[in-house]
Amino acid sequence: MARVRLRGALKKLADGRSEHAIDGETVGELLRELERDQPAMGGWILDERGLIRRHINVFVNGEGGSEDTPVSPQDQVDVLPAISGG
Amino acid sequence: MTELLVGTKKGLFVLEGEPGAEFEIKARAFAGEPVEYAMRDPGSGRLLASVTSAFYGPKIWHAQDPAGEWEQARGIALPEGGDAALERIWTIVAGEGDGTLYAGGDPGVLFQSSDGGSTWELNRALWEHPTRPSWQPGGGGLCLHSIVPWPGDPDRLALAISAAGVWLTEDGGSSWHQGNEGLAARYLPDEASESNSLCVHRLHRAARRPERLFMQFHGGVYRSDDAGQSWTEIGAGLPSDFGFPIVLDPADPDSAYVLPLTADTDRVTANGRVGVYETRDAGANWTERTEGLPQENAYLTVLRQALDGRGEGAALELYFGTTTGEVYGSGDAGASWSGAASHLPPVYSVRATV
Repeated sequence: MARVRLRGALKKLADGRSEHAIDGETVGELLRELERDQPAMGGWILDERGLIRRHINVFVNGEGGSEDTPVSPQDQVDVLPAISGG
Repeated sequence: MTELLVGTKKGLFVLEGEPGAEFEIKARAFAGEPVEYAMRDPGSGRLLASVTSAFYGPKIWHAQDPAGEWEQARGIALPEGGDAALERIWTIVAGEGDGTLYAGGDPGVLFQSSDGGSTWELNRALWEHPTRPSWQPGGGGLCLHSIVPWPGDPDRLALAISAAGVWLTEDGGSSWHQGNEGLAARYLPDEASESNSLCVHRLHRAARRPERLFMQFHGGVYRSDDAGQSWTEIGAGLPSDFGFPIVLDPADPDSAYVLPLTADTDRVTANGRVGVYETRDAGANWTERTEGLPQENAYLTVLRQALDGRGEGAALELYFGTTTGEVYGSGDAGASWSGAASHLPPVYSVRATV
């Protein structure tokens, strides 16, 4: 299982846990499974189209990733709000 | 004591005070987050707020106490797997049924709640309307910003969408038809007058004559006397008929207040002066109300949800907020004004509650 790490508001929504072990072959699959496992997160990372929200960044082993990025059971996936604002 | 719910670019501010005096900030919620709109359900007293996180998307939250815990409402989303995502919730309005609330958003969508805002359902008839592919967004997106119930009749509702015009239902939202006859879009060629690019800025219904509605259009102020089916332009007596908000005195079906801006190309108060304009004869004449408002070097913008009223008649209170973070109030139906708050973040919406 890949290890998904969350911070801040996302961690709070996910039972207060920062690390989640999840099965999936792509980042998109992992995030959908995370939402199924943690229903309070529904719509927070992925929008209705299944796309990662514009100001959310996902890193796979430290490299930027997208919905289609493949993941393997040893991978570490970080989900972070982007540095943006105004 | 009047409560003002002020939605800003950086959170919700709950103000309390008396008209004619400075208001006190009693609570701030959603610090740092854009709060598009907040209202208090008059039936339950529950607060509802639309928050559009730049990171996590649009949500509706509810609470009894603004300084307490807010709970996320469920069902504020479009159908999964489509090619659209919900961008923003622009308004939340109490309906005629017990516990009935409506919310309007971008992309031109209507949600309904039957449990006071805990859970919501998308109105499928509007979402699946066959003309939807031709709807054009305005500068703020395809925003459904005005939801106008009919007092005493939960089946009748009017909506306004920028820029897809006015939509009417007489069967509780099972079907919708347009009500745009007479609207003239000066930003389009004459030949395009039947298009779906009708940029309504705000819509309100006269409480004691519900077949009458008033509209601030993108260039033009209009009145309808046939429940929103057709419209007559009434802005000739205004210095400019461009603006965003409009509000009515519930006691007087001939009344309306607007806040003219210079033009669509210069969306600030004209000539550095701030004036609210009032009609008491259904738009035949307009009276400028400036007492207590800045009359020099004031180039303010007031957005569509940032003017509201409380009470009626001679005791009608009026409040508006500016994108420069000021709130002005009147306790005498607009005859005189004073500052209610200043130094707030840019104001998106103002709602006055009991």
